[in-house]
Amino acid sequence: MNVIDWLVLLGTILGIVGYGTWRTRHTDNLNTYLKGNRSTKWGTIGLSVMATQASTITYLSLPGVASENGIAFIQNYFGLPLALIVVCAVFLPIYRKLGVYTAYEYLGQRFDQKTRLLGAGLFVLQRGLQAGITIYAPAIILATVLGWRLDLTIICTGLLAIVYTVTGGSAAVNLTQKWQMAVIFGGMVTAFVVLVTKLPSDALHIAGAMGKLQAVDFTPDPKLRYTVWTGILGGFFLSLSYFGTDQSQVQRYIGGARLREGRLGLMFNAVLKIPMQFFIVILGALLFVFYQLQPNTPVLFNQVQWQQQAAGPQGATFRAIEEKHAALHADKQAKIRAWVAAHDSGDTKAEATARAALTAAQKASLTVRNEARDTLQAADPAAKKTKDSDYVFISFILTQLPHGVIGLLLAVMFSSALSSKAGELNALGTTSTIDLWRHFRPLAAHDEARNVRVAKWLTALWGLFAIGFALFVSFAENLIEALNIVASIFYPALLGVFVVAFFLKHVQGSAVFWAAIAAQIVVLAIFFFGKAYPAWEIGYLWLNPIGCAACVLFSLGLQVLLGDRTEKNI
Amino acid sequence: MTMRPPPEEPEDSAPPDVPFFRTWGGVYWFTFAVFVAVVGALTLFTRAFA
Repeated sequence: MNVIDWLVLLGTILGIVGYGTWRTRHTDNLNTYLKGNRSTKWGTIGLSVMATQASTITYLSLPGVASENGIAFIQNYFGLPLALIVVCAVFLPIYRKLGVYTAYEYLGQRFDQKTRLLGAGLFVLQRGLQAGITIYAPAIILATVLGWRLDLTIICTGLLAIVYTVTGGSAAVNLTQKWQMAVIFGGMVTAFVVLVTKLPSDALHIAGAMGKLQAVDFTPDPKLRYTVWTGILGGFFLSLSYFGTDQSQVQRYIGGARLREGRLGLMFNAVLKIPMQFFIVILGALLFVFYQLQPNTPVLFNQVQWQQQAAGPQGATFRAIEEKHAALHADKQAKIRAWVAAHDSGDTKAEATARAALTAAQKASLTVRNEARDTLQAADPAAKKTKDSDYVFISFILTQLPHGVIGLLLAVMFSSALSSKAGELNALGTTSTIDLWRHFRPLAAHDEARNVRVAKWLTALWGLFAIGFALFVSFAENLIEALNIVASIFYPALLGVFVVAFFLKHVQGSAVFWAAIAAQIVVLAIFFFGKAYPAWEIGYLWLNPIGCAACVLFSLGLQVLLGDRTEKNI
Repeated sequence: MTMRPPPEEPEDSAPPDVPFFRTWGGVYWFTFAVFVAVVGALTLFTRAFA
């Protein structure tokens, strides 16, 4: 990075943060603070929904995942458009009609206070912990590559998000997310164009021949992680729970002047999300081809930690692996050229033979890469905190893009971190105020100024908690994976509660409350059974329809058992 | 002090106010059709390159 990159990076990030803070500095109306400006249009809502969902991992890690494993991940998004149609048609009109601030407030009106607290508690628990990881995950990668201090990167990113989220609430989040998405789109398209100019015209065919372009897979096997069926069914329930019941998303679309704005903002995402993700994974597949054709492609992209160890006492082992990889890489390049010649000749038999040789060369190369990864992790346990695929795109950015554009792409990474972080803090502050603080201070609900003050304080506290947790996570390397699992298995039962609320009008609070707890136990049992007996493990997306269905069925059963007894709020 | 504005006007049945669409059902069918077209395009892409 040089001065130009620093100017672009700091100018972009601080400019957007400063603009958002200044424009919304007088936000003292509770409705505006929690739902955003009444004049917010569908385009802003649509971008805000998109920005909240896509964190830095989407832009930093997903290209690397596609580079390593191909573009099949795109199928995870197949259920999203269908889920958004349901949210538009069923969830959103009810939230708007009741004038609620949070999704869990609706549960209180539909069922009782204990069900509301259950929903709000589950959200605060999982999102509060996730908020720390939202800062930590990109910070560790950027700090490693750029040589920055991890703790300072975490603290600075977190404080920036706190400043404008506390100042302007939802109004500031919506406003800044619009500009942050403009930076993200501009930066990603620029990187894509630069990459394409460095590739031969048959790059897509090479990627396909090397198994990276299997976008859809219709195989009906529940054990496969990415298929059309898991994507549509599992992805549908996952998206329905995320967009319909997670306050960080609900808060983005319940504002606006009319119901129309929220609906069109969601339809904007329903239409554009899969193409946008396809663009990102194709970028990854093309990055793979780029590095296949480069003469000096490193054995691992996490070169900072690799070089540190290569210069240490085990240097001979590391250099031997590098030499082995270099020889295999050269052989693979020869196989690629042979396959291209066979493909261009139109000789299908020669093409099949060349493809088989190329696949074997790729497999041999992958074996050495795995050996390199294991050797690095054995020498430096800190390398376990990230995956090598996380470093593919950032390596390309830092070594292949011109100065100025490097700063722009780093601004993309920080913009996405800030936008998703701000959405989370905003939702945590709102839920803590409306569903928790007000529950214990019901009389204070009528003092609007006090509500805004409390919402600001709670937003700031959640921000500080997230920073503290991110700093703590850096010392507990296995915690991130555990938290990601916990977050994904809390959603299904919560979605079941909302499905019962919307579609089964005769079911009452106690039935759904205990059904949700029972469904959560079922989901946990299936999950841990799969971990104990891997032969019976199912793709994690399937937990969403199973958990939701269990909650609905248990609710119906318990309602029959409990009858129509009068529900009492706790 | 007032706490929150009154609930929204009954807007669920209001037309979408989008060119070429008279109802929200039409908007949803269009979105679904785009989804089917995108999955179809990805299937063709897979057949062409994978």
